[in-house]
This record gives sequence, C-alpha cells and structure tokens, in this order.
Amino acid sequence: MMSTLVRDRAPVHTGPVSVRAPRKRPSRRTLILGGAGVIWLVGFLFLHGTATLTLPASELTDLHRSLNQFNAWVASNRADNPVFQYVFTPLRAAVDAVANLFIGIFAASSTGLRLPEIGWLGTVALLSWIALAVGNARVALLTAAAFVFFGLQGLFVEAAYTFALVITAVLFSLLIGLPLGVLAGISGRVSRVITPVLDFMQILPTFVYLAPLALIFLIGPASAVIATVIYAVPPLIRLTAHGIRNIPENTREASDSLGTTGLQRLVTLQLPLARRTIVMGINQSTMAALSMVTIAALIAAPGLGQVVIRALQSLDVGTAVNAGLSIVLLAIVLDRVTTAASRRAEPGANRKRRISRRTRYILLAATLLVALVMVQLSRTMLWAAAFPKDLNIGPAIVSGVSSASEWLQTNLFLFTVSFREAVTNGILNPFQSLLTETPFYLLVAVIVVAAFALGGWKLAAVTGCCLAVIIYLGLWSDSMVTLAGTLVATAVVMVLGIIFGVAMGRSSKVDQLMRPMLDAGQTMPAFVYLVPFLGLFGATRFTAIIAGIIYAAPVAIKITADGIAAISPTVMEAAVSSGSTPWQVITKVQLPMARQSLALAANQGLIYVLAMVVVGALVGAGGLGYDVVAGFVQSSLFGKGLAAGLAIVFLGILLDRMTQAAAANPIRKVPSGKSPAH
Amino acid sequence: MSKAGLLLKRTIPTLAGTVAAALLLAGCGGATVNQAAAAGASSTPCGTVNVALNAWVGYTANAAVYSYIAQNKLGCTVVQKDLSEQISWQGFGSGEVDVIMENWGHEDLAKQYITDQKVAVDAGPTGNEGHIGWYVPPWMAQKYPDILDSKNLNKYASILATSESGGKGQVLDGDPAFVTNDEALVKNLGLDYKVVFSGSEAALIQSFRTAEKNKTPLLGYFYEPQWFLSEVPLKKVSLPAYTPGCDSDAEKVACDYPDYKLNKVMAKKFADSGSPAAKLLKAFSWTNADQNSVATDIQGGMKPDAAAKKWVDAHSDVVAAWLK
Repeated sequence: MMSTLVRDRAPVHTGPVSVRAPRKRPSRRTLILGGAGVIWLVGFLFLHGTATLTLPASELTDLHRSLNQFNAWVASNRADNPVFQYVFTPLRAAVDAVANLFIGIFAASSTGLRLPEIGWLGTVALLSWIALAVGNARVALLTAAAFVFFGLQGLFVEAAYTFALVITAVLFSLLIGLPLGVLAGISGRVSRVITPVLDFMQILPTFVYLAPLALIFLIGPASAVIATVIYAVPPLIRLTAHGIRNIPENTREASDSLGTTGLQRLVTLQLPLARRTIVMGINQSTMAALSMVTIAALIAAPGLGQVVIRALQSLDVGTAVNAGLSIVLLAIVLDRVTTAASRRAEPGANRKRRISRRTRYILLAATLLVALVMVQLSRTMLWAAAFPKDLNIGPAIVSGVSSASEWLQTNLFLFTVSFREAVTNGILNPFQSLLTETPFYLLVAVIVVAAFALGGWKLAAVTGCCLAVIIYLGLWSDSMVTLAGTLVATAVVMVLGIIFGVAMGRSSKVDQLMRPMLDAGQTMPAFVYLVPFLGLFGATRFTAIIAGIIYAAPVAIKITADGIAAISPTVMEAAVSSGSTPWQVITKVQLPMARQSLALAANQGLIYVLAMVVVGALVGAGGLGYDVVAGFVQSSLFGKGLAAGLAIVFLGILLDRMTQAAAANPIRKVPSGKSPAH
Repeated sequence: MSKAGLLLKRTIPTLAGTVAAALLLAGCGGATVNQAAAAGASSTPCGTVNVALNAWVGYTANAAVYSYIAQNKLGCTVVQKDLSEQISWQGFGSGEVDVIMENWGHEDLAKQYITDQKVAVDAGPTGNEGHIGWYVPPWMAQKYPDILDSKNLNKYASILATSESGGKGQVLDGDPAFVTNDEALVKNLGLDYKVVFSGSEAALIQSFRTAEKNKTPLLGYFYEPQWFLSEVPLKKVSLPAYTPGCDSDAEKVACDYPDYKLNKVMAKKFADSGSPAAKLLKAFSWTNADQNSVATDIQGGMKPDAAAKKWVDAHSDVVAAWLK
C-alpha cells in the first residue's frame, strides 16, 4: 500500500546555470508531443465511445477465470505437494517461531495470564538502553518517553505486539536483504536482474498478495511477517547495493593494488565503507514495515493495526486517531534511533565524540545494570508487568478527537460538498471521459508517441509493452479510470509541493514547523483519516484523491524543499542584489534551478499516489483499486483482483519510466555553447 | 580525563554495587509472575476455541455473546481473530478458525469448504433474519412518500443524480464483498440509475448518516440486522416481490432480495471434538432485536465483553436453555 521507492538515481544537478537565451522555435520534442495531443483530441471528437474495452464490475474474462483456479489448486496441494512440504511449511514454522519469541518477550507470553516475559517497565528500560547503545542519550530519552506514552494511551500491549512483529520483519529483511544487496552491489548482472523484481515488489498493491499469502502460509503472524518482508526488503537491497557500488574509485584501486582478493576487499573495504548507507537501508525497511501494520491486520496480525481496522468498522474516528498516533510515534522512535545509529556508523564518527570511548563503555555497563534490574522487576512484580490501567489518558484523546471531527463535519459540509462538485464536474469528469472514452488503439498510439518524444525508441517499446499487458489483462477501462484519478491527484500534489517546498526552502523556520507534520502525514495510516473525509466529502472518487494527496504531498514537498535549499547562496545574492523582487527570485531563479528536483518530486508523487489506489477504493474510487479489493474479499473475483494488481504494477512502471525520462532531459533544455543560431 | 569523567569514575563503582545488590534481591524472588500464572491456571475440558471476527458490528455482537458464555460458563479459552469473510473460511482447513458466527449466503464458499473439501459443517441458524434492499434516509421518505415504491424511482432520478453517476440517478452500493444484484436490477427494471460503489460498509453508513443530517438525497444498498438502523431508521424501498427462483439467472434478476436465514459455520474437526463449546454453538439462536441491542451497546462505546454480559444477565433463561 504505502511505497517507499528508494532508487539509485543520478544526483540532482544544481550547479550554476547561465542565463537562458530566449528561444523562438519549439524543439522537435515539443512538436511531436503537440502533434500527439492534437491527434488525440481530434480522435476523441469523432470516435469517442467506440472501442473503449469496458468491463462491468461483476464480469470476468477467461484469463480472470483461469487465475481463479489458483485458490483451489493451493487447497488441494497443501498436504502433499513437495513445495509445501519442504519450502513453505518449514519457512512458515521458522517465521512463526521467531515472531512468537518476540511476541512472548514484549507483548504476551503463551502462559496463563498472557503477560509479556519482560513487562512494560522492562521493555521501556531495555529498549531505551539499546537506543543509548546504538545511538545517543537523546534518542534513548525519546524511546522511553514514547513507550510510556503508549501505556498512557491505554495501548501498551497493542504497541508491543506491533513492535514485536516489526522487529521480526526487519530481522528477516536483513537475512534476505543484506546478502542480496551485497551481490547486487558487486555484480552488475545481478543488479540488472534484480531491479525490475524490486520495482514489482514495491508497486504491486499489498492487498493483491495478502489473500494468496494467507492461503499458502495460513492466517496469523507468519503470513503477516512474510507480507511485510516482501514490501519492506527492497529499499534495504537497493541501498546496500548502492552503498557498495558507490565507494570512491581511487580507494578501491588503492586496495586492489595491494593485491586483495574479492572477499578480502568486500570484508575489509566495501562493507565498512558502505556501513552508513546500509544502516540507512535498515531505516527505510523499518519504516516500510511499520506502514504495513494496518494492512497486515486484515489477515489477523495482532497489534495497533487491529485497533485502527476495528475503529474504522464502527466509524470511531477518535479511537482510530489514538491508535494512529501510536503508530506515528513508533515510526518516529524507530526512525530517530536508526538514524542516530547510522550517524554513529559513519567512518570517523568516533573522533568527534565529547566523552572518551572508555567512559562511554563504563556508562553503558552501568545503565545496562539498571535496565536489567527493571527487567527483573517487571518479571516479578505485577505493577511493572502490565501497565497500570488507571493511568489512562486514552479516553480523553478519543473523545477530544471525536468531537473535533464531528464539529468539522457539521460546519464544513456545505463548503466541502460544493468544492467537491466543482472539482469533480469541472476537472475530474471531463478528464476521465477523455481517457476512458477515447478508443483504446488511439490512446495507445498517443501514449507511445509521447514516450518516443520523451525517451526515444527504447522508452516507446517499454511503454508499448506495458499498455499491451494492461489490455491483455482485460482491464483497460478500469486502468484509465485509475490513471485519471492518479494524474489529477499528482497535479495537486505538485502544486502543494511547489508552494510549501518553496516556503520551506526559503525559510528554515517554516521548514522546522512543517517537518513533523509531513512525517505524520506519511506514517499515519490512511485508514485513520478516511472516516472524517467520508463525512466531509462523501464516498466519491474525490475523497480517494484527497487521501492520495495527503500521503503523496509530503514526499513532493520534502524533495522540492531540499532542491530549493540546495541552490547556492551566491546565486541568490546575485539575483537579490540585481534588484529582483522575491516573486522574481522564485520564478526566475529558484524554480528553474530546482527543476530536476521538481521532476523527481513529480515522479515520486506519482508513485506514492498510485500506492494509495487500493485504499482509495474503500471510499469510492472505483477503477483498478476496486477490483483489487473485490478480489481480496470475494473468491469468485480472486482472479480479476490479481489481474488488477498486475495492471497497477504495469501502470506504475509506465508512469515511472516516462516521468524519469522527462526528468532526465527536461523539455526546456539549458542551451549549451553550440545552440543553433537564429 | 575531564571533570565529568572523574565524577563518573568515582560514582560508577558505587552505582554498580547498588545495582548488583538490587538485582540479587530481585532475583531471589524466584518465580516470575508468568510462571505463577501458568501454575495457577487449571486446564478445562473445553480447551481453546478460535472465533473468526468478521467486519461488521452485528457479527461482533453474536461473537461477543458466544465468547462470553463459552469463557465464563464453560471455562473455554476463546481466541478472537479479526478476519475478512473469505479469509475466515480458509482457516477451517488449517485449524486456525473453529467458528464463523454469522454467515450471509456465500454459496460458493459453502460449496468449496463444506461440500468439496469437507473441512467445515453448518452449525444451524443464528435465528437472525437478513434483509437486503434499497433504502432511503427517513427525511426523504417523509418528504417524498411515493419514493418507497420502486415504480416511482425514475421520477426522482434527477434529484438523486451526483457527480459520480454521469447524469443518471445514483444507487450507492457498499463493500465489494456484499451480495448484490443491483446492476442487473437497474437494467431489468428499466431504471434511469447508475450503481456506484462506495467501497466499504463504513463509507455506506457514513453516507447515510450525512444524508440524514444534512437532508441531502441518497438512495443506497443496505441491510438488517444492523446497529446503524437504531441510530438512523432508514426506510426500505419496495422492489418487485421475491418469488423462489426469480433470482436464479443473475443477468435477468428483476425482483427483491430473498430473506436470508443467517447461519453459523464451524470447522469439521471442532464439531467432531465433542467440546461443550461446539454444542453451545449449535444451540445459539436469538432474534434481530437481541442482536441489535447488543450491537447498539457496542457502538455506543461499551466493550463487546461488557455488552455481552449485560445481555446475558438479562436473558439468563435463554442462556440456560442453550447450555442444557
């Protein structure tokens, strides 16, 4: 569902740019794109409504029916098929054992009272100590504060379950991700093979593989952990490979000249130097694992996700927000601790320390003893084992949020509805019908020509293949509905990205104010804010678009802000001293110079919006997302749901490649020395 | 070494000593709370029952009452698992799920798991009757009384049109998992309407709630028993009457939905185990009003367990009959 694409990209280029010479003649690319647009519009006027390949919600194609067989096949093969006997069943047992170990330690042991092996006090003490050991005192304090707060919210056990499952998932991600990442870093061939697989794993909506996974690995923690690992491991593999590949060439040559073997080079040079990037990969994997919490709850994974899902069923906004807050806090803690750990892992970090290594070790040993005492206390004393029930501010949070959301819904309703109608009738509907009512062959041709203009023959071929697959899957019309919503949402995301990104890039105060809100927007499960939005905007495509925007805008804003902030101060000073107004500085200097950041923001915005397609379907989006949800809940639509998931993947690959190509060679090229004379 | 370092150097041995002493004291406590609990818990003949918890409050009410009785009167350990309907049935074969408390039709699943794989058995009716149909908020029924007959629906198509329905009137459908003939109904009854999917029960309920509060027009798919009907008493639109077999061809349906006799389903292994909890499940039977009262309590913020206790205490004779 949520997507954290971490890719090896060309570094954003923000070097000084010479003043642009005015151009009169449009480039060849502009001509081709314009021509394609004209053909599209003319074709739409004369041919609209024909060859639209629509498939009603309840109808299936033969392909969907044959995919339906998977379900029955698993059921009849589970007992005696060797793949199950020797691969799936032992794998499940192993994952289950580890998950249950962590659950027993932190959340609930399997004995009598179902108290954890180390109670809340022990958990707080031990985790804070670990935060101190791998990070610093600040993150240790943060950890302690957050875990005590979970208890105050009345959610300690749920948070502990979630924590245990996230830890299990990260552990297995490391087990799989590190070796694969190292291989991909050493060998270009492995890297080429693995990259499309990773793309696939990150864009495929998690809903799609949830039902098959539950079928193969049964319901419960094991399936939830495996689903989480599938989603969380790609960033780790990517960043590990990236870290190993990007070791400076001369360092490597120096080591080679000493006659090191490949293995020696890996162990003594590449791994240590890539350590910081690898820890960053662990950070990204942890965040991705945490974002799966609510989804995994759908196959009976215990924890905070369950609270959110149950609250959604009874439209209880307050309870959902209370649990969502815990998830956000857990994300902040895990993020800050792993980031602090990655700083510590930086080569040369030791020299900057204020206290000596020896003092630090003594300090750690002493605090470890304190932590162990607390662990022992919580093993023996009931008050330290289960969080005291009377220290509970959860109900206050719940009722506060509920009344706030009630107030919003009552007082903003008329405004929000007219706004929704204006946007839907004015922009979304015309745009959607332009996509869905154009004959498919015409639209395919237009998109392939556009791809050719943006990235040459190779991109045109990739685009053509993606479109062919979507048609083969029998879901062309639904894909176009999804595409329309996605593009509209991305357009809004970019507007927000530019407005807030520029504001943040220009003022560090605004930046500091915005960052926590952006973090919350990314980690708060979408399920939490769906209900108030339903009240405000009703069950419509518009609500789905809003949900997509909330999830995707933070990424676009952050990337834009970084791009603006990275512009060298001398260029800015030059512009200001030559008498430019702030508006001129923004439009003539900052935005053009941050162009590549903007393109990257658009690319990531698109992918993130696409990641919300399935969640959007829960509030009326229709299109591919609806097919995926329907496939998850109805066995007769299983095959169609699977096909819809694949269609989302190919739509994602298509959009990603096209926006990347547009970003690599922007339309308005900076003229080089040999620009044609006019 | 800095001042702070010196200070640390002096305090640490003291600190370590204290800690070691404390540890010793704590460690001498011997048994942990968990061990004590494990020793204290006695095993009952009932054992563990895994109850699937599907995604609607009415279901939760059934499950809460069943679990409460199994736990408190029979001494079973009940494990409730939040699952979607489809996934719950998968759990029968693997032993992950013993009980589904409220099943709405689902003939395809019954065929797959009861008839073909023989991993589940029907545990009899819950006593609840399910009605599916088209509903409007109360204010509409009051203002336009004749809207409650499907023959007059075309008259209201224009006021029920939304930005989602492309100029036609809108019929709002719910979760993709729900049983629906609505697309065929619109076509075969010659209605100038379009079925729009809201995507979830939450979306459907919120839409009706908003429609009643703000007096906006809405026609949608809904069903009872359902806690929401005690908050907003939606009015049912009468479709051409149901006759047996009138819905046999999904493409040609032009009649109302049948009345569903909701039933319970249990794992074959559980049914054969002779557990008292299996016997209780077969006996469990109550009315729509019973379910709605428990569901409303849960919806009002009561914990399911407490709501179940309240109902059980008030209906001790019914419960006693189930346990006989």
